Amino acid sequence: MDDEMREVIEEFLVESHENLDRMDQEFVALERDPDDRDVLASVFRTIHTIKGTSGFLGFTKLEALTHVGENLLSRLRDGELRLSAESTTALLAMVDAVRAMLASIEADGHDGEFEYEAIIDLLTELNAVAAVPAAPEPEPDPEPEPDPPLLGEVLVEAGTTSEERVVEAVVEQDEGDPRRVGEILVEKGAVEPGQVLEALHAQAEKAGSSIADTSIRVDVALLDKLMNLVGELVLARNQVLQYATTMNDSAFLANSQRLNLITTELQEGVMKTRMQPIGNVWNKLPRVVRDLAQTCGKQVRLEMEGRDTELDKTVLEAIKDPLTHLVRNSVDHGIETAEERIAAGKPAEGTLLLRAFHESGLVNIEITDDGSGIDVEKVRAKAVERGVVAVDQAARMGDREVMNLIFQPGFSTAEKVTNVSGRGVGMDVVKTNIEKIGGTVDVQSRVGEGTTLRIKIPLTLAIIPALVVCNGDARYAIPQVSLLELVRLEAEQARTSIERIQGSPVYRLRGKLLPLVYLRDALDDRDAEIDENAAVNIVVLQADEQQFGLVVERVEDTAEIVVKPLGKQLKGIPIFAGATIMGDGRVALILDVMGIAQRAKVLTELHDKSRAGAEAEAARRKDGQTMLLVDAAHGRRVAVPLGAVARLEQFEASKLEWAGSQRVVQYTGELLPVVSVGGLLGYGEPEPGDLLEVVVVWQGDRQVGLHVAAILDIVDDVELGRATSTNPGIVGSVVIDDRVTDVLDMRAVVAAVDPALLNDSRFESYERVS
Amino acid sequence: MSSNERQFCTFTLGDGFFGVEVEKVQEVLRYQDMTSVPLAPAEVTGLINLRGQIVTAVELRRRLSLPERPADQRPMNIVVRLDDGAVSLLVDQIGDVLLVDPDTFEAPPETIDATTRALLIGVCKLEGRLLLVLDVDKVLEVDISTDESREPAFAG
Repeated sequence: MDDEMREVIEEFLVESHENLDRMDQEFVALERDPDDRDVLASVFRTIHTIKGTSGFLGFTKLEALTHVGENLLSRLRDGELRLSAESTTALLAMVDAVRAMLASIEADGHDGEFEYEAIIDLLTELNAVAAVPAAPEPEPDPEPEPDPPLLGEVLVEAGTTSEERVVEAVVEQDEGDPRRVGEILVEKGAVEPGQVLEALHAQAEKAGSSIADTSIRVDVALLDKLMNLVGELVLARNQVLQYATTMNDSAFLANSQRLNLITTELQEGVMKTRMQPIGNVWNKLPRVVRDLAQTCGKQVRLEMEGRDTELDKTVLEAIKDPLTHLVRNSVDHGIETAEERIAAGKPAEGTLLLRAFHESGLVNIEITDDGSGIDVEKVRAKAVERGVVAVDQAARMGDREVMNLIFQPGFSTAEKVTNVSGRGVGMDVVKTNIEKIGGTVDVQSRVGEGTTLRIKIPLTLAIIPALVVCNGDARYAIPQVSLLELVRLEAEQARTSIERIQGSPVYRLRGKLLPLVYLRDALDDRDAEIDENAAVNIVVLQADEQQFGLVVERVEDTAEIVVKPLGKQLKGIPIFAGATIMGDGRVALILDVMGIAQRAKVLTELHDKSRAGAEAEAARRKDGQTMLLVDAAHGRRVAVPLGAVARLEQFEASKLEWAGSQRVVQYTGELLPVVSVGGLLGYGEPEPGDLLEVVVVWQGDRQVGLHVAAILDIVDDVELGRATSTNPGIVGSVVIDDRVTDVLDMRAVVAAVDPALLNDSRFESYERVS
Repeated sequence: MSSNERQFCTFTLGDGFFGVEVEKVQEVLRYQDMTSVPLAPAEVTGLINLRGQIVTAVELRRRLSLPERPADQRPMNIVVRLDDGAVSLLVDQIGDVLLVDPDTFEAPPETIDATTRALLIGVCKLEGRLLLVLDVDKVLEVDISTDESREPAFAG
């Protein structure tokens, strides 16, 4: 085979593989909508191209197979036949056979020894079926090719003639002049014939330019090398910059600034070359899910969110297999059969949701199913039975810990071993593979409700912007993605504005309570000298949906850092995400914002976001709620779910107005209906005073103010029990400080608000007031 | 030299004379600046920047339950390479690389401290002194999941 031929074949292989990958997706889409002619036409084109090229290149077997496939597809496309599950399976089998042959061509240049007669026969047989009446809808026009630019446009763009002249010519054409625009223009003397010729060339060129002409394929190893070099360059740049500031040499400083800019741009460019959307890996999954669901006799719908989330190519490659395995596992073990689901009161079709998003410099990938969930007690029993853990050890473990035992080698809870998964190999391999690239995998599950597997992968190759803060002599980097703002309080201010709720410090940030975590506590630094007269620096951070303030001794600067993983000896420390080398060559640790929040209990299980719609989740979870404890009136205590609380406010009593029969205050440019909790529950009104204590709660997309006598406390992790009273405003009870406390029903609050106020737009509400 | 002879990189910890297999050793270094890691197990003293690579430093005295090194004495580093990266062992003084006749090699006696014994491959009877050969992999299998008793006190 000469070089030229080899090149042609290579191009054919690459192109065919890409097309086949897309086709897998298209087939799955077709199963939902078998009459989508556009998709059928696209599938047909792909097979047609492969057939044509393989004939030209002399791969006769490949040609023979794709030929029968093409015949069937052309009738499907023309609406003579309708795509059935049977023909989909046959066509997919053909796609697999084509893949096998392509692999064989790649390996030794021949389309293989294997005969595909069975598939050919099957396809021929399917094709022999008499034409069924076409789907009623008329055949849509074949997908139009993108129009090349019009000649007139090219001429105007080149400045050869004016738009008016071209319009004139086109109007003439419309009026019945049979000549072409170019001819008319030449005759009118608007352009020279040579210019028209030039424009025609330009037009042809534009029409022909495709992505193939503007992109090249580059060896990933080369990109890896470039990436490493850029990483080193960034470090060297940091060192130069640091040195430059100590020098009194303005020319050197200017040069180093230039170096800084160029390095940053270069780094961004190189990073971009390696980034690919996770969708590239996900594309294969619909087919995997479809095939597996069919084998297991289940109905599974696959949903994907965040397919544009970009990952480094090597990371993407590394998670491909673990991800596929987890998805297979969810379909095989997670989602029940249609009968079981219906018996459990769920829709027959199970849902598998894939989600990807960036958070704290990590890529999060979640695989959520709404299947039977994992029974913690079964896992515990099995783990003991299999000798994965000792009996007393198992008894001591928390539910979450037990759940994660499924990743231990030799563990499988599936009642029956299937050929898909459940041989006890796999989950541990998945975990090992993910950990190899510095990631973590975690499982959360509720029996009967489903399971969420969450993979977190650090962008180990990535260079991320970070804020450098200090505790004593030690510096720590905080990824800027989680950074919201910095607040500095002078000592005087800090003494008054940092308040405590049962010992836990909080700060009112624009009226909203911000829990505070001291970095020195998070680091367990017992030697820290606490200077009462020092200013307080609060770094406001976002962890999941929760915000909290990290109080640090000093904020140093921002820096670009290269994230390096920690050794296995330090992997168990949740508050660090990695380490980096600073400009002066010393090592600094990178803080894991989520880890800090979790350890500081800012994030309770309640806030652990396992799937979209945390609100629904919160409503469903009955235990472990966080409650705001208030004095409704005259010492009667009531608990309000903290999840519903937007802000705590104080309003001057004089601000209270009446809108119809509803009390309101003007609040952030809107009218806030105010409901007295005491009045609602029949405990009486709070003592009148100059200031009203108001808890602002979210209800749907509206806010409502709850007027209370006093705000008492925030109580973590209380279990919601049955209501002890028949009061309609009470939804349940909790035990706080050994006292049974009623929990306010938010729906009752809404019901108490004048419905006109809730539904009317703000404008109309104002009219009512005036 | 006979093919059975083994080479050990030797070092001292207090009065003890220790060795590790020379194949595992990447390099030896004088004292390096370290960044300490809060919440880390006591054995982990900190992180070292080794030419752009971040290496965890493990204090061997603590690992072997020996008394702390005097404050005025700076440790030296023996960087060992494992499958999953490099780790630096902090020791008092670095000695020679010794060629040892396998005949002088013996399993550690039952009488020595059980924790130390578990970390030894064996003992070499050299002239005038004993060389305790450490099993590097076991030494670094520090049960380094963080200790729950060290849970930070968050209530401010």
